[in-house]
Amino acid sequence: MEPSLAAYLALSGILFTIGAVGVIFKRNAIGMFMCIELMLNAVNLTFVAFSRYYSDVTGQLFVFMVMSVAAAEAAVGLGIIISFFRNRVSMDVDDASILKN
Amino acid sequence: MATSALFFLFAGLAIACAISMVYHRNPIYSAISLIGVFVSLSVLYVTLAATFIAAVQILIYAGAIMVLVVFVIMLLNMDEDKPLNRLRYLYAVGGGLGLILLIQTFFIFYAVMRAPKQAINEDVTVGNTLSIGSAMYTEYLLPVEIVGILLLMAVIGGVILVRKLSQPQMEMVVNSELETRNEPAESDDYRVAL
Repeated sequence: MEPSLAAYLALSGILFTIGAVGVIFKRNAIGMFMCIELMLNAVNLTFVAFSRYYSDVTGQLFVFMVMSVAAAEAAVGLGIIISFFRNRVSMDVDDASILKN
Repeated sequence: MATSALFFLFAGLAIACAISMVYHRNPIYSAISLIGVFVSLSVLYVTLAATFIAAVQILIYAGAIMVLVVFVIMLLNMDEDKPLNRLRYLYAVGGGLGLILLIQTFFIFYAVMRAPKQAINEDVTVGNTLSIGSAMYTEYLLPVEIVGILLLMAVIGGVILVRKLSQPQMEMVVNSELETRNEPAESDDYRVAL
């Protein structure tokens, strides 16, 4: 007996929710970044689950695309975090307020 | 039966690791918990007969992205996240948003449960490397090329962002910054004139 499609979708929804709430609660930029990665992974799980239950390879292909985009995002995002840290000596996103005034 | 047991074991592990990631204030603990989530998701991909994606999940996420994240955490020598003292209303916003998302999730769960049962196809060749590779280089060639260009742009962008300016360039930037800061009156007049 295999777990049903609904079980995978529920797990994915729970992980996505945890990620979304984490983005709001976290204050440091790295923490928010990791929560976004978690949300991307939750979406990947739905792609793979549907791909399995409908026997279509397209879902897994797009998981591969999402992973590439996540890798690109990691490179650019961490670059931004490092240059932000150089200028402000802090990781707190509340300190990124130079455009406010 | 074994698949079911694996699913519930690793689904629980994934949720526990995700909660621990959000809960811990120390970025290193968060990163280690996130690696736990990635590994358990990889096992779940194996239960879905997607072996290629499972391997790539470990290679790219746990192997490349998280190494980069841990490297940056240690490079910047970050201290613990300060407790949320202002912006307290964000707790309410976050809790409300989370509740809405959870309700939505269980609505989807309910809808899928009510739908006619999808007979699972026993064809396990769908997830193997051969089928993914042949789809990738025939039907989906254009997206693959676009992803290649995206990765090139990310490499160039990353290098430019992290690059340290040489001394004359840095002085130029600092001087222009100082000039703009020393002339607030003029900029105000400019705004009034507009």
